[in-house]
Amino acid sequence: MEHSDPLALVRPHEVHRDLYRCPRVFELEMQRLWARAWLYVGHDSQVPEPGDHVALNLGAQPVLMVRRDDGGIVVLHNRCAHRGAPLAPEGPGRAQRLLRCPYHGWAYRFDGRLAGLPQRAGYDGVDFEASTAAARGLTPYGEVAVHRGFVFARARFDGPGFEAALGELLGALDLICDRSPRGRLRVAGGVLRSVVRANWKLYLENVNDAVHPPSTHASVTDAAGAAWKAEAASAAGAGVGPNAEGPPLAMRQLLPFGSGFEFFDRMGARLLPHGHSILGTQHSIHSGYSAQDAQALRDAHGEQRACQVLAFAPQNVVFYPSMALKGSPQVMRVLRPLAPDRTLVEAWAFEPEGAGPQALQGALLYNRQVFSPLSMVAHDDLHLFEGQQRSLAADGNPWVSLHRGARPDVDQAPPCDVGGLDEGLLRNQYRAWLDMMRPVVPGTSGADLASAPRTAP
Amino acid sequence: MTAPIREQLVDFVVHEARLLDEQRWDEWSALFADDGWYWLPASPAATDPLREAAHLYDDRLLREVRLRRLRSPQAHSQRPPGRGHHLLQTPTVLAGDAVAGIFELLTPFFYTELRAGHTTTLPGTARHTLVLIDGALRIRLKRVDLLHADQPLPAVEFYL
Repeated sequence: MEHSDPLALVRPHEVHRDLYRCPRVFELEMQRLWARAWLYVGHDSQVPEPGDHVALNLGAQPVLMVRRDDGGIVVLHNRCAHRGAPLAPEGPGRAQRLLRCPYHGWAYRFDGRLAGLPQRAGYDGVDFEASTAAARGLTPYGEVAVHRGFVFARARFDGPGFEAALGELLGALDLICDRSPRGRLRVAGGVLRSVVRANWKLYLENVNDAVHPPSTHASVTDAAGAAWKAEAASAAGAGVGPNAEGPPLAMRQLLPFGSGFEFFDRMGARLLPHGHSILGTQHSIHSGYSAQDAQALRDAHGEQRACQVLAFAPQNVVFYPSMALKGSPQVMRVLRPLAPDRTLVEAWAFEPEGAGPQALQGALLYNRQVFSPLSMVAHDDLHLFEGQQRSLAADGNPWVSLHRGARPDVDQAPPCDVGGLDEGLLRNQYRAWLDMMRPVVPGTSGADLASAPRTAP
Repeated sequence: MTAPIREQLVDFVVHEARLLDEQRWDEWSALFADDGWYWLPASPAATDPLREAAHLYDDRLLREVRLRRLRSPQAHSQRPPGRGHHLLQTPTVLAGDAVAGIFELLTPFFYTELRAGHTTTLPGTARHTLVLIDGALRIRLKRVDLLHADQPLPAVEFYL
C-alpha cells in the first residue's frame, strides 16, 4: 500500500479504505493534519501553580504543557535540549523553581529557556551559546491558545489562527462552561483510557454517527429497558409503589440510546469549517437530564443566558480531529492516534465550579457506563470498529460510502445545518482532511521557531 | 449458618470466581446482598467511587443490565461468545467480626479474558466484604484493584 498521492484517497462522497490502513498515510497525517490542526492539549485546571506540568503526546510529538511563572501556559517538546531525555514522565507533575532533566541535570525555566547545566567550564571556548539549538533550551511545540481554560496548540502555521479556526465552537464552549455559575470548569476525578484496535478516523466518524445506535446498541438498551421494567414491577409487588422520581440517573443515561431514527434525525447537526461540528443542535439523548441547578444559573448569568445554557445539550461537539465534548453530562473524549490500527481514547470528567456535587457524579457515572474499557455501551462499538479495521482489507470494493444525504441540489459547504442522520457530518470531516493534508510548506513549523520569542495569551 | 470458619469464607470466594468463569450469571448475582456493590476503581488509591473515576461501579440494577446484555443475541461483541478465566491465590481473611457478621478477604489473582481472538490478562487483587444475611454469606462489596487500574486498557467485558 504505497500512495504517490494520498489526496486521491478522498472523494466528495466516498473515501478509500487505505485511509484507515496504510502506514504511510498515517505518517503523513501526523506530519500534516495533526501538525496543522489546533489540537486539544489539556485543561489549565490540571496545572494550577507555576511549574505544574502534564506530559503527553500530541499526534506523534511528546510534549509538556507547563504553567509559567507569569501564569501563562506553554507547550514545549518533552525532550531535553542536551541529549534528548524526557524532562518528565507521562502524566502530571510539579517542578520546584526549574524543570530539571534527570539524566545530566540540565535545568530550564518554566518557559523553556536554559537556566543552567553542570560543569559549565566544559563549554569554555566551545562554540555553543551562539549557534546551537541546545543553548536556546526546550523547543516550543508551536502556537498555544487558551479559551475558558481549554488549552489548544498547533505545530504548523500555514492555516487559520485560533479564533478563525475554531469559530462557532468557541461559542459552544462558552455555553458548556456557563453550566458553572462561575463560568469555569475544572478537570476532576481522573481519566479513563481505552486502547482501540482501530484507526482514529473510524472512532471519530462514530462520534458523529446517529444512524448506528438502533442497530449497534440494541443489546444494552434492550437489557436496560428489561432490567428497569423488572425492577419497577418488583418494587410495585413489594408494595413500594412506582418510584415517583422515575428511573435513576444510570437508566436515564442508558435508555435514550434506544431512541428511534426520527428522534436522531430531528436532533439536527451543524457542520462547521475545518472539520468541526455540533451534533444535536435541537436536542439529544442527553436532553432528558441535567445536573445543573437552574436557579443558580439564572442568578449567576441572568434569565436569558441561563435558558440558552440549559437548552444546549448536544450529543457531541467535535473539535476536529482531537476532541469531542458533551455539555450535559460534562464529559470529554480525547483521541490520541498510536498507529494506523491503534488509537488511545481518554474519557475525562469536568466539575463546574460553584455547582453541587451531582454534576461531577453524573459525569463520572456517564464515563463508567459509556466510555470505560468495561462499559456496557462501548463494547459493541469497539467490537465493530475493530472488525471494520480488519474487514477493510477486503479487495472487492475499496471505497467506503458516505453518500447519505449527499443530494446534488443541496449545498453543504460549512457552516450549515443538516439532519442528525446526514453523513454530511462525515463528508465535512473529510473535506477538512483533504485541506489539512496538502503538502507542507517549509518554514511553517514550531521547530522553525526555536529561536523566536515564545508567546501565549 | 453459625459464625463461618476460615475455610467457609475462602470457599465462598473461590466459588464466586468459579461461577463467573462458568458464566452462571444468575447464581453469581445472587451471591450479592441486595445493597451490594461491585467496584473496579481507575486508581489503586481510590477511596470514593462517586467522586473518582472508576471502570465500573455497579449496584444490583446495573449488574442486572450488564448480565442481561451479555445474554442478548444482539450483543455483537459476544459473537463469538467470549470466555473468562480466574487463577486465584488462596484468599487471606484480613478481618472478621463474627458478632457483627462482617468479614474481609483479600485475594490476588490473574484474570484472563478471551474475546474475538484477543487474549487479555490482567493481574489484580480482589477485596471482598462479606456479610451474614439470614445465616448465609453475601457480598456487600467486591472491590477489584487491577495492577493496570490507571493504565490504558483494551475492552474487558466480564466481571473480574
